[in-house]
Amino acid sequence: MKHVIAVLVENKPGVLARVSTMFARRGFNIHSLTVGPTEDPTLSRMTVVVDGPEMEQIVKQLYKLIHIVKVTELEPGTAIEREIMLVRVNADAKRRGEILDAARVSDAKAVDVGANTITFEVTGPPERLADFLQLMATYGIVALAKSGRIALPRDQKSTKKQLRSA
Amino acid sequence: MPEQLTGAQALIRSLEHEGVEIIFGMPGGAILQAYDPIIESPIRHVLARHEQGAGHMASGYAHATGRVGVAMVTSGPAATNLLTALQDAYMDSVPMVAITGQVATTSIGNDAFQEAHTWGMSMPATKHNTLITSAEEIPDAVREAFHIASTGRKGPVLIDVPKDVLADTMTWHRPGKVTLPGYRPAVKGHPRQVTAALDLIERSERPVLYIGGGVVAADATGELRAFAERINAPMVTTLMARGAFPDSHPLNLGMPGMHGNYTATTALQRSDLLITIGARFDDRITGDPKHFAREAKVIHIDVDPAEIGKIRFADVPIVGDAKAVLGQLLEEVHGREPAPARQSWFETIESWQTNYPLAYEQDPDGPIQQQYVIEELHRITGGDATIVAGVGQHQMWVSQYWGFEEPRKWINSGGLGTMGYAIPAAIGAKVGTPDELVIAIDGDGCFQMTGTEMITAAVEHIPIKVALMNNESLGMVKQWQHLFYDGRLSQTELSPHTPDFVKFAEACGGVGLRADHPSEVAGVIEEALRINDRPVLIEFRCDPEAMLFPMVPSGGSNDDIAMSREDFMSVEDPA
Repeated sequence: MKHVIAVLVENKPGVLARVSTMFARRGFNIHSLTVGPTEDPTLSRMTVVVDGPEMEQIVKQLYKLIHIVKVTELEPGTAIEREIMLVRVNADAKRRGEILDAARVSDAKAVDVGANTITFEVTGPPERLADFLQLMATYGIVALAKSGRIALPRDQKSTKKQLRSA
Repeated sequence: MPEQLTGAQALIRSLEHEGVEIIFGMPGGAILQAYDPIIESPIRHVLARHEQGAGHMASGYAHATGRVGVAMVTSGPAATNLLTALQDAYMDSVPMVAITGQVATTSIGNDAFQEAHTWGMSMPATKHNTLITSAEEIPDAVREAFHIASTGRKGPVLIDVPKDVLADTMTWHRPGKVTLPGYRPAVKGHPRQVTAALDLIERSERPVLYIGGGVVAADATGELRAFAERINAPMVTTLMARGAFPDSHPLNLGMPGMHGNYTATTALQRSDLLITIGARFDDRITGDPKHFAREAKVIHIDVDPAEIGKIRFADVPIVGDAKAVLGQLLEEVHGREPAPARQSWFETIESWQTNYPLAYEQDPDGPIQQQYVIEELHRITGGDATIVAGVGQHQMWVSQYWGFEEPRKWINSGGLGTMGYAIPAAIGAKVGTPDELVIAIDGDGCFQMTGTEMITAAVEHIPIKVALMNNESLGMVKQWQHLFYDGRLSQTELSPHTPDFVKFAEACGGVGLRADHPSEVAGVIEEALRINDRPVLIEFRCDPEAMLFPMVPSGGSNDDIAMSREDFMSVEDPA
C-alpha cells in the first residue's frame, strides 16, 4: 500500500539529506520523493510516496527532525496528485499513425520524433501515466524518465488528515 | 561602537553566556583559533587524551549534573573519534553540545588535510547538527544548540565550524530568541489521557510502574515516589533508571530484563498494566516483544512521541515531560479513592523475592567474585558514591548489587553499550560534582580501550577511583561463547597479567593497588579511599570463569529466565 505524505520543511541547506538519511537509517522505503519551493520562501514542500505499513513511525520520525515543520498524510483520492513522464516508444513508419492516435486519446504530447521512435510527454494523475505506459508497452518502450509525485490536498477543510498540528 | 570579535571569540563568549563552566576537548589545526580565547576565558578546559574520551567526559558531566556537557575537538580524525561518544549520548538521551573544527569553507569538498564530512557523518548520531558558514551566525547557532540539546527528549547537538569562520570578524550580538517553527516539544500530557490512565490504574489488579531513564532526565524522581506510593504499585527501574527510586523502598523491585532479577522481570511479565514512564521497550527489557507481558495493558508516558507505539501498542499514550505528567497524575489522583491494597499481587511478588533472590558465593579462599567487590565497596562507602560503569558483566553486576538510593549517581552506557565509557565518564562526573566520591567500576577489556584517560585524571587533578575487575577476559562475550558456542572460546581471553595495571596506573600519575585474594578486598578499598589528591586504581584479580545470571537468552521469552548455568542448560534443552 502506497501512502503519500506532504512534508513542509524549513528551507535550509541539507534538509533533503536529513530526510533521506532518516529514511535510510530507519529502514523505511521511499517510492518517490520530490522537493521544491512553496508560496513561502522560508519553506519547501516535499512530497514523499512511501511503501509499507510503518506510516505512524514514518510521520513521527519525520517530526523528530528539527527542520520539519508539518507532516500531512494525503488520503488517496482526496488529493490532487500529479506526475510527469517522458517516454520514448518504438515507432517505425508503419505504426506511427496508430501510435499517434493512441497517444491523442491519452492526452500524451509528442515532444520529439526520430527516425524510429517518438517521445511523448504525459502529465497527470499517476493512473493516467500508468495506463499510457501499458498502452505503449505493446510497441516497445525504449526509454522512460519519470518525475516523483507532487500533491496538494483538494480542500483545506475537509480532505486532509492532519496527523499532528505542528 | 559595536564590538568586533573573531568568530572564535564569539564562540567562546557564546559558551560563556550559556553558563558553560567546563569544556572537554583537544585542540588541532582547524579548531586552533578557538583555543586562543580559552586562555582568558573563565571556562575550564580539560585536555583529554583522545577525542572519544572528551565526548564521554562531557556525557558523564551531563549525567552527574543534569547540565549540558560540552566537548570541543578539531576536524577530520578528531571528529570521527568523537562520533562514538555522540551516538552513545544520542541513544541515552544525554544533553551535549559538540563543537568540531572544519577545514576552511573554501576547502570543503576538496579532500583537504584533516577533512571529513562531519556534518553528514554525525547527522544520524545526533539530535541535530549544523554547519556554520559565517561568523555572524555563531551566537544564534550556539543558543539554538543548547536549546535543542536540553529540551524535549535531550540529546547531543553538533556544531561544525570551519577554520576561516573562526578567524573572520563579526559584530558581537547577543543571540535572539530561538525560532524553530518545527520544534515544540510537548510538556503537559493530554488531560483526557491522564484521566484514562488513572481509570486503568484503579481497575488494575497487577500494575507495575515500568520506569526508564526519562524520569531521571526530567528530574521527576520526587514526583515518581509520591505517585508510586499514592497508587500503591510496585516498580521496576531499568538500567538507565537505577536510582530514580530508592532500591531500599519496598515498592522497588529493581532492574528487569535480560540480566534483571527474577522478580522485576517476572512482575512485568505477569502484570495486567504497565505504567511506563520514560522507558522505550528496549529489546534488553522485553526479550521477544511478542512474548512480553502478554496480559498487560499499557500506559506509555514519553516526551518523544516516536517511542509510543514503536515496539508496543499503548492503550493510553501520553506525550509529555515525565515531571509535568506525573504532576498532572498526582493532582488528579488526589481526589480519588485510596489505592486498593492489591494484597494477592504483593504476596505473589514477595514469594518470588523469597524463592528467586540474586545469589552468589564468595569462597573465602578465592578467587574474588565481582559481586563481592561491589558489596564491599558499598559497605565501606556507605553507598554514598557516584558509580560509573563500563559495559559487560561488571556493569550488570553493579546494577544488580549496588543499592541505588538517589538519581544521577549511576552513570553508564545503556543503549549503545560502549565499552570504554567508564573512565572518561567518571572524569566528567567528578569534574561536575567535585565533592562526590566518584568510582569507575570497569572491566579489564573496557579499561584497555580508554584507560589512557587516567593520564587526564592525574594531570588535571581529577581524583577518581577505579575499581578494575580484572577477569582476564572479555567476560560477557566469553560467557556467550560458553553458552551458545559450546564453549569454543574465540578471541575472548585477554592476557592475565599484561598490562600490569598497577604499574599502568602509576605510569599515568595515579596510584595503583591490587587485591589478589578476597581477604585483601576491604583493605585496598579503605586504602584507596584515603587517597584524594590523585586518581587511584585498584585491580581486583577476579574469577575468570564467573558467569552473569539471571539471564534471558537474546530474543527469547522473559518466561524462560535462567537463574544459573545449570538452570540455563535445562531451559535450553528441555529434555
